Amino acid sequence: MKVDWNTFWPRILEATGETVTIVFFTLLFSSVIGISLGLLLYVTRKGNFLENRFIYTVLNFVINLIRPVPFIIFLVAIAPLTRAVVGTTIGTAAAIFPMTIVASFSIARVVENNLVSIDPGIIEAAKAMGASPIRIIFDIIIPEAIGPLILGLTFITISLIDFSAMAGTVGGGGLGHIAITYGYQRFDTSVMFVTVVILIVLVQLAQWIGNKLARLFLRR
Amino acid sequence: MITFQQVNKTFRTKSREVHAVKDVSLTIRKGEIFGIIGFSGAGKSTLLRMVNLLEKPDTGKVIIQDRVINDLSEKELRKLRRKIGMIFQHFHLFNSRTVFGNIAYPLKLAGWPKAERKKRVKELLRFVGLEDQANDYPESLSGGQKQRVGIARALATSPEILICDEATSALDPETTNEILQLLKKINEELDVTILLITHEMNVIRDICDRVAVMENGQVIEEGAVADIFSNPQTKTTKNFISSVINDSLSPVLLEELRKNGTKKLYRLAFRGEPVKQPVLSRIAKRYDVEVNILNGNISDLGGELFGHLIVELKGKDEEVKKVTGELEKFIQIKEVDTYES
Ligand SMILES: Nc1ncnc2c1ncn2[C@@H]1O[C@H](COP(=O)(O)OP(=O)(O)OP(=O)(O)O)[C@@H](O)[C@H]1O
Ligand SMILES: [Mg+2]
Repeated sequence: MKVDWNTFWPRILEATGETVTIVFFTLLFSSVIGISLGLLLYVTRKGNFLENRFIYTVLNFVINLIRPVPFIIFLVAIAPLTRAVVGTTIGTAAAIFPMTIVASFSIARVVENNLVSIDPGIIEAAKAMGASPIRIIFDIIIPEAIGPLILGLTFITISLIDFSAMAGTVGGGGLGHIAITYGYQRFDTSVMFVTVVILIVLVQLAQWIGNKLARLFLRR
Repeated sequence: MITFQQVNKTFRTKSREVHAVKDVSLTIRKGEIFGIIGFSGAGKSTLLRMVNLLEKPDTGKVIIQDRVINDLSEKELRKLRRKIGMIFQHFHLFNSRTVFGNIAYPLKLAGWPKAERKKRVKELLRFVGLEDQANDYPESLSGGQKQRVGIARALATSPEILICDEATSALDPETTNEILQLLKKINEELDVTILLITHEMNVIRDICDRVAVMENGQVIEEGAVADIFSNPQTKTTKNFISSVINDSLSPVLLEELRKNGTKKLYRLAFRGEPVKQPVLSRIAKRYDVEVNILNGNISDLGGELFGHLIVELKGKDEEVKKVTGELEKFIQIKEVDTYES
């Protein structure tokens, strides 16, 4: 039972729109949460200027707890929470919620890893000038790390496209949903082929934008 | 200006405990260039960083301009830090900001309006000789240029104190000299008190007024540069001095002298006026003694001339004795044993 492509294109378009929406909002929310958590991890790290063993250990533990769980399992495991917060486990919003949680922790780690490579001497110089911790974070730390940070976020965006397809298979909508229901369950290879091509194009596009932005800040 | 009173600092890590600064008491006077010299690990940086409390002493007081700063609140401390410039061995410039942005940053912190910041940065760029580099990023500068930016940045808010952590150690000799002259100019023209640390005795010789020698966390010797150079008390200090003033005999010559059983070798040290006078030849002429010069030099230490000679006095014992007796009235004289020096 093949799909009728004359009437199917609009569905594909709609699904692509859903995927882009899911990725966009997840990225937006998780960037805000993830960058904040990453900064918190960095400044409370041993030897850093707001060293706090308790905050660091707890945060570090939670991240290490969530990150290794396969996304598809995490998705199912927190379904009750998703229902409680979003009201449903089906649709775009229901996909954004669990993806935001996972992505936030991944971004937090990426941010921390990029920040530790900043020369501590630069931060010390700012401190010696009388800069407060808040000023050090916003005037020095973030601008110093922005290039690699954008590349890190690009990497995360690409895995979000991957995750969104996975979320689609369990009711999250988007291209993943199309690929599973038409391509897999009804053995329609043409649908499978089209969705794969669209996903590849999306990934390339994300990478291209990320590289452009990073270059802008790296000045190289 | 800056006083350390019995300051101590111990670092504890899992494996060991380092008493980095031990009972140090020092006073740095207003308007001087004070140098602290010592080998790696002597505790110099730890002591220097106490001036702006980047390192907090465990015990003892740090007094800046008659104010004990140990217990300042975070806010007061930030205010104090804006009045103390600091430069570093590895410059620590902000890579994400241009030369202009680097120098303007402390002014931004101090709340200067944009137009005034611009004017002040221009002034500073002229002072350090980097007018053409204002819009460059630090990565495109040479080491000497980077340190000039570091200096301009440290001076932006017109501090009365400048502290320098090995400011020339990453630079080649020529650039080192340029930066040292710039520091001297800052001291003289802007009346900035400078506290610097180094492991290079030439830095002390070239620009410092007074010096303290540190070893194992302690100050082992302290005084005016000319005094320390002309009369060092400790082995460490002597070693540092011999690194810039070649006052020892060459091994080949020493071997020769030993073989010949040469005696009557003297080390002569001149300071001030006698350096300019032919003291030695005048005295030797009056007695039946010949002078053979084996080593000698004159240096300029803290604005004072300092001369040094190793000579062999040839002649009868009693004649030589008369010469050394006369010399002692004007200069320091010490017999040299070829098996010791
Ligand atoms: N944060 C720290 N934690 C542990 N030990 C430290 C710390 N800072 C310094 N030390 C130790 O204290 C001692 C003195 O260090 P300091 O950096 O003051 O020496 P220094 O004279 O400046 O040496 P260098 O010429 O190598 O810079 C060293 O043994 C060093 O290992
Ligand atoms: Mg040091």
